[in-house]
Amino acid sequence: MAKSAPRQVLQKSLTGIKGFDEISLGGLPRNRTTLVMGGPGTGKSVFALQSLVGAASKHKQPGIFVAFEENIDAIFANAAAFDWRLQALARNRLFFMNAQLSPAFVATGDFDLGGMLAMLEAKQLEIGAQWVVFDGIDVLLSLLRTPRAKMREIYRLRDWLTRRELTSIITTKIDVEGTGTDVANYGFMQFMVDCVVRFDRRIEQGIPVRRLEISKYRGSSFAPGEFPLSFGPHGMAVASPGATDIAQEASTERVSTGFAGLDEMLGGGLFRGSSTLITGAPGTSKTTLAGLFTESACRRGERALFVSFDEGGERVRRNLKSVGIQLDPHIKSGMLQMYSGRTDTINPEEHLIRIATLIAEHKPRCMVIDPLSAISRTGALSSARAIGNRLIYKLRDHHITAVITALVEGKDASAEATELQISTIADNWIQLSYLVCGGERNRALTIVKSRGTRHSNQVRELVLSDSGLALSDVYSSGGDVLMGTLRWEKEAEERARAVIRETESSLKRRELQFAEADTSARIAALQLDLERQRAALELNTRTDAARHVSSGEQLTELRRLRGGNGDEALAPKAKLRTTRAAKRGGNGHSTERVRRG
Amino acid sequence: MASKRKKKSAGDGAVTVVVMRLYVAGRAPNSVKAIANLEAICRQHLKDNYRLEIVDVCEHPRRALDDGVLVTPSLSMLSPSPGAIVIGNLSDTSSVLAAMGITTTIQ
Repeated sequence: MAKSAPRQVLQKSLTGIKGFDEISLGGLPRNRTTLVMGGPGTGKSVFALQSLVGAASKHKQPGIFVAFEENIDAIFANAAAFDWRLQALARNRLFFMNAQLSPAFVATGDFDLGGMLAMLEAKQLEIGAQWVVFDGIDVLLSLLRTPRAKMREIYRLRDWLTRRELTSIITTKIDVEGTGTDVANYGFMQFMVDCVVRFDRRIEQGIPVRRLEISKYRGSSFAPGEFPLSFGPHGMAVASPGATDIAQEASTERVSTGFAGLDEMLGGGLFRGSSTLITGAPGTSKTTLAGLFTESACRRGERALFVSFDEGGERVRRNLKSVGIQLDPHIKSGMLQMYSGRTDTINPEEHLIRIATLIAEHKPRCMVIDPLSAISRTGALSSARAIGNRLIYKLRDHHITAVITALVEGKDASAEATELQISTIADNWIQLSYLVCGGERNRALTIVKSRGTRHSNQVRELVLSDSGLALSDVYSSGGDVLMGTLRWEKEAEERARAVIRETESSLKRRELQFAEADTSARIAALQLDLERQRAALELNTRTDAARHVSSGEQLTELRRLRGGNGDEALAPKAKLRTTRAAKRGGNGHSTERVRRG
Repeated sequence: MASKRKKKSAGDGAVTVVVMRLYVAGRAPNSVKAIANLEAICRQHLKDNYRLEIVDVCEHPRRALDDGVLVTPSLSMLSPSPGAIVIGNLSDTSSVLAAMGITTTIQ
């Protein structure tokens, strides 16, 4: 038990195949055997050879390639499409063994691989090979007549590989139907090896789509499922969504969309490095928005890449010119590059690779893809989705601010979400639509989402004129946004109503002014009356006093004349009556006065 | 038998010498069988008119590689029909004879 413990630690060797090392969590099992199965033209040989090339060039690990199926010249010719520099590697680190049987051969009786393995062993010792590929073992096995013989040779091969401690890849064709006795052997081979990678090529809607799947990996976990393949200048690449960490730094720098109204709605523009999805029905000005974005980028002196599917760059520029967007000068100055690709004949993977190459060469800071939905329309949907995702992640990795348009047919605005499913990955989602109302079609713009931004959540009308695009002010009425002539009518109606309101209120104001003046006048009149009354009271008081004094003098005079002294009883009485009268005032006073008078 | 006689008469006494090389892998069963089968064929059909070289691939792997050997046992014809290769333990005599350029089938 203790002895077997070290064997449990599985070591892996990187293949250098982009994406595969991620889904296999580190490459192929070191010093073990991997079986690569698939139909013709699925990429098995490229996978095997690229692994060998990667190990030889990146890790200086020599290897042997045993070619049962193709001759060496054909292998070199095929590899010339990639930047592997196979000829140079073949001079020192890689050995190619031509294991094709001459057409003149005759088979009589049983044979075995003993001699071949002895030769390979010698070669391994000579160059210090750590890798070996048996490409197309099925060709050799088919010469063996009996299943027993096939199994025996498979065992021989397995034992030899184990003994030689080689990291090995055995490729074998399988027919799609899976008929014949070979199936049993391949089942046995799958059991025998430590890792099995299946390749598949299918025609989906007229376009070939290649995929690979790790169906077995002894002692290791791996990403399950089928992953699309693509072939680029560096060879095969496997799409591995989510394999790379999402660790992009989030920029707070704003980039103008080239459209002031939209910038305002987005709270100042798009974040640098963000991706914006513009969805809409045909003719909703998606391309125009994309064009504005491109033009403004070039004007700022930022390199831009405009990818148009199914429409040539020249046509795009001509159409944009009609709405006042000039891209030709930027093409001339080299700031702008355009790539146009047909989607009916070219595999989406091919487009992705071409775009990746353009990004590497042109190094754009801003980019447009118009429309991305084209790849899902004509290609295979599932792979188009994966490509959409990878494209967005790629743009993010390169910190490219991107505007991606997608065509949405039909009324259901959420259709896009079920179609390409990129709306979840994109940072911003602007939706353009037609609103049919009052017998008119009007373009409406909504910001469905905008990550990290407080954006306007209102629907606005997009007005297209000779002077370009404009976003009309939101006009809401009873919860509905009004557009076109309806908006105009509503505005006129509102204006008239405002005039009436103004008139009405001025009338009211005057009425109130009049009322106020009236009240003030009344107050003034009353005041005057009050003053008059006070004056009257004053007069009255004085008259009383005068009368009192005169009557007092008269009494004094009387007393003096009479010589008596009884005046004290009379004088206070008179005084008291006067005071009471003054207190009552007003009419009472006059009444009293009248009574007394 | 008929073919041999015919050949000899056609060559007017000149003997056709079959030159060949057999690649084997040590004492592997198929290799041992091949040597036995080939020697029997030669004895029976070629008398002394043949030259046979036996190469043990396990001992001379580099040479086998250079000669383009693939599987063992493998019989390579050098003359009179250069390029013909017979693989396997040579259990089918008529196929071996055909590869040697002895065209007439044995009745």
